[in-house]
Amino acid sequence: MDIPNNLLSLILFTPTVLGLLILILPKDEINLTRWVAFLGSLIPFALSLVLWFNFNPNLPGFQFQEQYVWYGAINSSYHVGVDGISLTMVLLTTLLTPLAILASYTIKDRVKAYMFFFLALETGMLGVFLSLDLLLFFVFWEIGLVPMYFLINQWGSEKGEREIWGGRKVQARTYASFKFMIYTMAGSLGLLLAIQMIGLLANTFDMPILFERIGTLEEGTLMGFPVSTVKAVAFWAFVIAFAIKVPVWPFHTWLPDAHTEAPTAGSMILAGVLLKLGAYGFLRLVLPLYPTEARYYAGVLAFLATMAIIFGALASWGQTDFKRLVAYSSVNHMGFVVLGVAAAAFATGTQNAVLALNGAVLQMFNHGLSAAGMFFLVGVIYERTHTRDLNEYGGLFRLIPVYGGILIFTSMGSLGIPGLGGFISEFLVVRGSWPIFTLFTALSMIGLFFTGAYILKSIKQVLHGPLNEHWIGHLSEINAREVFIITPLMVLMLVIGIWPTWILGVINRAVSMLFG
Amino acid sequence: MSSIDPSMILAILPEIGIVLLALIVLGYDLAVGEDRKRALGWLTAGGLAVIFILALALGQPGTTSVPVWGGMLRWDWLGFTFSLLFIFGAAVTSLFAMEVKQLGRRGEFYLLLLIATLGMTLMASSADLIMLFLAIETTSIPLYILAGFYKTDNKSTESGFKYLLFGAMTSAVMLYGFSLLYGFTGTTDLYQITEAAQNGELPLTLALGTLILVLVGFGFKVSAVPFHFWAPDVYEGAPTPVAGFLSTASKAAGFAVLMRFLLVVYGGADIIPYWVIVIAALSVFSMTLGNALALAQKNIKRLLAYSSIAHAGYALIGVAVFSTFGIAAVVFYLIAYVVTNLAAFGVVATFWRTSGSDEIADYAALSRRAPGLALAMMVAFLSLAGMPPLGGFVAKVFVFAAAVKANFVWLAVIGVLNSIVGLYYYLIVLKVVYLYRSEDEDKPVPITRPYALALTVLVIGIILLGTLFAPWFDWASSAAAALF
Amino acid sequence: MAFPILSVIVFTPIIAGMLILLIPGERKTEIRVTALAAAFFAMILSLWVYFSYDIAAGGYQFVEKYNWLPQLGISFHVGVDGMSAPLVLLTGIVMFTGVLISWGIDDRPREFFAFLFILASGVFGVFCALDLFGLLFFYEIAVFPMYLLISIWGWKVTREYAAMKLTLYLFIGSVISLVGILAMYFSSGLNTFDMLALENANFSPEFQRFWFPFVFLGFAVLGGIFPFHNWSPDGHVAAPTAVSMFHAGVLMKLGAFAALRVGIMLLPEGAQFHMPWVILLALVNVVYGAYIAMVQTDFKYVIGFSSVSHMGLVMMGFATLNREGMMGAGIQMFSHGIMTALFFAVVGMVYDQAHTREIPKLAGFSKFMPLVTAAFLVGGLVSMGMPAFSGFIAEFPIFLGVWQEQPWIAILASISIVITASYIIRIISKVFFGQLPEELHGHIHDVTVLDKVALGVLSVILIVIGVYPTIMVPLVESGVNNVLRLLGGA
Repeated sequence: MDIPNNLLSLILFTPTVLGLLILILPKDEINLTRWVAFLGSLIPFALSLVLWFNFNPNLPGFQFQEQYVWYGAINSSYHVGVDGISLTMVLLTTLLTPLAILASYTIKDRVKAYMFFFLALETGMLGVFLSLDLLLFFVFWEIGLVPMYFLINQWGSEKGEREIWGGRKVQARTYASFKFMIYTMAGSLGLLLAIQMIGLLANTFDMPILFERIGTLEEGTLMGFPVSTVKAVAFWAFVIAFAIKVPVWPFHTWLPDAHTEAPTAGSMILAGVLLKLGAYGFLRLVLPLYPTEARYYAGVLAFLATMAIIFGALASWGQTDFKRLVAYSSVNHMGFVVLGVAAAAFATGTQNAVLALNGAVLQMFNHGLSAAGMFFLVGVIYERTHTRDLNEYGGLFRLIPVYGGILIFTSMGSLGIPGLGGFISEFLVVRGSWPIFTLFTALSMIGLFFTGAYILKSIKQVLHGPLNEHWIGHLSEINAREVFIITPLMVLMLVIGIWPTWILGVINRAVSMLFG
Repeated sequence: MSSIDPSMILAILPEIGIVLLALIVLGYDLAVGEDRKRALGWLTAGGLAVIFILALALGQPGTTSVPVWGGMLRWDWLGFTFSLLFIFGAAVTSLFAMEVKQLGRRGEFYLLLLIATLGMTLMASSADLIMLFLAIETTSIPLYILAGFYKTDNKSTESGFKYLLFGAMTSAVMLYGFSLLYGFTGTTDLYQITEAAQNGELPLTLALGTLILVLVGFGFKVSAVPFHFWAPDVYEGAPTPVAGFLSTASKAAGFAVLMRFLLVVYGGADIIPYWVIVIAALSVFSMTLGNALALAQKNIKRLLAYSSIAHAGYALIGVAVFSTFGIAAVVFYLIAYVVTNLAAFGVVATFWRTSGSDEIADYAALSRRAPGLALAMMVAFLSLAGMPPLGGFVAKVFVFAAAVKANFVWLAVIGVLNSIVGLYYYLIVLKVVYLYRSEDEDKPVPITRPYALALTVLVIGIILLGTLFAPWFDWASSAAAALF
Repeated sequence: MAFPILSVIVFTPIIAGMLILLIPGERKTEIRVTALAAAFFAMILSLWVYFSYDIAAGGYQFVEKYNWLPQLGISFHVGVDGMSAPLVLLTGIVMFTGVLISWGIDDRPREFFAFLFILASGVFGVFCALDLFGLLFFYEIAVFPMYLLISIWGWKVTREYAAMKLTLYLFIGSVISLVGILAMYFSSGLNTFDMLALENANFSPEFQRFWFPFVFLGFAVLGGIFPFHNWSPDGHVAAPTAVSMFHAGVLMKLGAFAALRVGIMLLPEGAQFHMPWVILLALVNVVYGAYIAMVQTDFKYVIGFSSVSHMGLVMMGFATLNREGMMGAGIQMFSHGIMTALFFAVVGMVYDQAHTREIPKLAGFSKFMPLVTAAFLVGGLVSMGMPAFSGFIAEFPIFLGVWQEQPWIAILASISIVITASYIIRIISKVFFGQLPEELHGHIHDVTVLDKVALGVLSVILIVIGVYPTIMVPLVESGVNNVLRLLGGA
């Protein structure tokens, strides 16, 4: 089959076109809107499968590149391409989006606008992964912000209030969305300034060119500052921006609120993909552009990652809100990604670094699956019980055994049990970073311990123990649509767990060529 | 005695025409009954228009200033331009006065108007002290009477009387100055006085002294500060068409005389710096005081009076800089000012006919009662404020440019600042006209044909002076060139 | 002879205005249709000029020169370059959408459109002017109609005060520039007001340094430069919708543009000497304006102060005197012009129905005016500098430019991005989402087709430039080159 030349652009913009199409559908045809959105979102997924199977993991550099003039006056072009790392992310995104859209079938209010924002969000995320131009990267990075804001603000959980300065009470979702937006934008600001600096320094925004040139940019001054200072400042700006997104402790405080208040599908995408944008930023930009600075500060990063792992787990363990528990678990899991990145930064070129990075990227993919799955399942139970308080559940396994089984499976995936994907990635991270950051890795085991604790605790509180009489007769089993959504995730987790080669091979080649 | 040269007849063609017209008007007035008296206005205006055209066609002077009639007059572009301006002003004034009962049906009114115009044209061309004085008096005396024309109205009588007293007093002072000049130089011919001054027969201190005395008279005519006290009261009390004529043609005549006198008699290099300072001072005071006092006015005629004092100040800037460009700017300014101010007073006259009031507050909602009249008022007032595309803008730019060119930047700056103040009170009036509501909103203000014709011509003139100003400026330049 | 397209563009509005004045006042439909036709015609012509400008050739094109007063070197000389062509187009678009939005004006529409068109002619004239006298002539023509438009059709509470303040401020600014222009005219010794000739006048450095502040600040008053910006928020708020659109969308650009043409291009050494403090003032505009916008409770005042802030970015861009900064400024003039026209249109629509602009009292409008909400959202994103919209395309190069001159100022100015984002989001959430208050139930309905067309046109433009910047950037770049060649020598 002849692969279209602009496959990437097709993948990238199909969601937008679909979104615009949805906007002109009649307002009352909710079902039509949903199905158009779902079936339409399968197109990018199908295309990314085509991409996957036509991708050659053995070639270095980026494939399927396209470059067109965009903002020539400042040396920025529309330049896209994939390598092994971004390919996995693209696949994750295009897989999770249809599932999340399917999960959004319970949304009844202003479905058109909802779907439009969702699809716009997808384009934003895909754009970040596919972009090979710094400015374009930033454009898509920002594009992802606004739809998410509205998704949380307008379709988020209706209950709950927070108090803000001045004693005024606002809805929890308003608070969460605003915090999310401002936090991320503040980070983006630094990113913007740093990108400008780099652009001025190198006279281009094109990433491949930058990667080549960055070593030779040691001489000279920019605006009176020595280049090394400029690079250090830019390094920190990048790091902070991405650290907010991942999120790295202590920049994580936006996450629990945003995840908890977002609608189910929103949380799936937020945890499943959006967090990966930050980690991707580290891999794609921070490590290649600033190897020396990254190496210099790798210890700090590893420390923060460890804190995230430990505190994330501890915080999860202490939650009574199911959704918030899963939210903190994201902090915990992403901590491993950052640990792997830090290890790679410190020991670039070694076998350990490659191992750690493999683990990091795979963890990104796995956590995408498991987090999306977990949030979805929380959503399922919430739909029926209208509460997220763990104390109010109890012994539900008897009433909804299928759900119970699925919940246990997915939780195990989140926990990292051998046989499921999470184990492989966490193992690789630990294996890779142990020789490099022994102390931190050891400490992170504490986190791992508490991970088990909170997972088991949540399962126990929901499914086991005495049955809460209240729910008898009021709880319906998980339905076909919902099973349809969770099944691919479970299958993938299992497949990766027992036969990871299909994905790990691609990742490994890419990582080795970049950082080996 | 030299034979009478045909060119000398052409030189005084306007004057001859006016005298003839005056006789015709007088005759018509005596001959015709009451019901046909209205035609007097058309007659006067039409006759003046004919004189205007004839003078334009036949009476154009050459490029140099030529003495005629034994040196009594000078035939040059300065006199010519101003004469045409006065004729135009008189024609418009007679159109405005036509519909006013106490004025329009009286032959004496038109007669006095014509005589005053005659005096003005002679003033503009005068080259001899005696001729000058005669001309000034010929202008002033009819104007005194015209100011007090409403016999039964106290204000009018008072204004006429005030005008008379002021005028007489300042004329006397001026005459004293003239006599001193004659005494020291032995001649009444302005141009010969110049020679005498250059030969040293007129010492500096004396020259200065006579200058001051003479300025009193001219300053009065021009209503510059501190010789302005008569203006608000006289304008307010006099019949509005007369006030319009006073504020425009009479003032312009004063300027014509001022310029010729200063540049000719006091054109010597040693005395120029002194009178430049004096004129500049007069200018600054006129602008500032005029604008400042206009802010507080509630009567539109008084506001226009103070505004005209301020405009005299702006025009004096051009006089003060003593350059060809400066004088050209002044002449252009006066042309624009005459057309504009006549329009302003014309609107006031039109409105007064229906409402009987000159209070600004009574102009409320004029834009709804008579949109066309309100537009004419807007054009006139914005031109006074100096807004493009109207004549007032171009005039102000030229005057300020002249100041900057002569390195009198501070004078231009003061002028500019004053324009801002001026804009404020002109806008306030427009605000009342356009924004405010009143109970009389639905009562239209009828505009009869003479008013409509006059206002249309004036408005078109204002716009032309603001857009296609090249021909007018050429005229003004020729006028200025005649003095150097 | 080539079709005098620029003259036609400049004079169409004023001639149309005079024709409109001749229509009897009661025939409101004829008046509106005539106005719309004239505006449409001007817009089409400006589109033609925009797209037929030869970017490769650069320089001034569509030049026309007629004698006006040769004695003093005054000519009617017009032409556009890459900087002014977008602005001419902007004026055409804002004029057209402004007429659409003003369809509902019922009190003396004849005078309204007549005055609006006088204003439009003035604006076109300034953008096309290549003669200093002509520039000043048209500049002042654009000032005084504002007084009447605001005081007669504006918001009853503050219109008289705001109109007078605005007119006096702008007039003061323009006469200060007048003095500077006269000084340039006489000192050049060339006896001409022609700007092309004066570009080569070689004024002495001392002369330039002395006169630059007068000329620049005089015009920048209209651009809203701190601390002479005070007329702008009140003026914006008091004006009727279409006038606000014109005012913020076009008129303020007039000031910045004239400051560029006369101040920077004719007195380049003066510009270079004074730029440090100009950039500082612009910074105050940007940050302070955003901050003040954030604390307003009146919807329109928020937009008004936001204009002050965004014009600060324009002036900051000009003040950098380098390629990126000026290019960004040029694009920002267009982008902000369209955006703010959109904003004020929306504010007007909300106010027309709710009869209040107090943000605490407004909520839930998205249910009744979905398109309006979407349009405002687009405008808001542009205002925040969100990528994929024109605001980003404009603001990014400005920051690039400022980095090269004064990095600290770039950092401080970027704070405004966050502040802007926060108040924009706050407004959108509060006014358009949430629940409609009790008092407004039954009073709110959707807007007319004409309103929607206007909003649609404006929104699409903002998105197109954001996604496909090539449609504007090369043109502005060539305009910047035209400016830079004058700065190069100094």
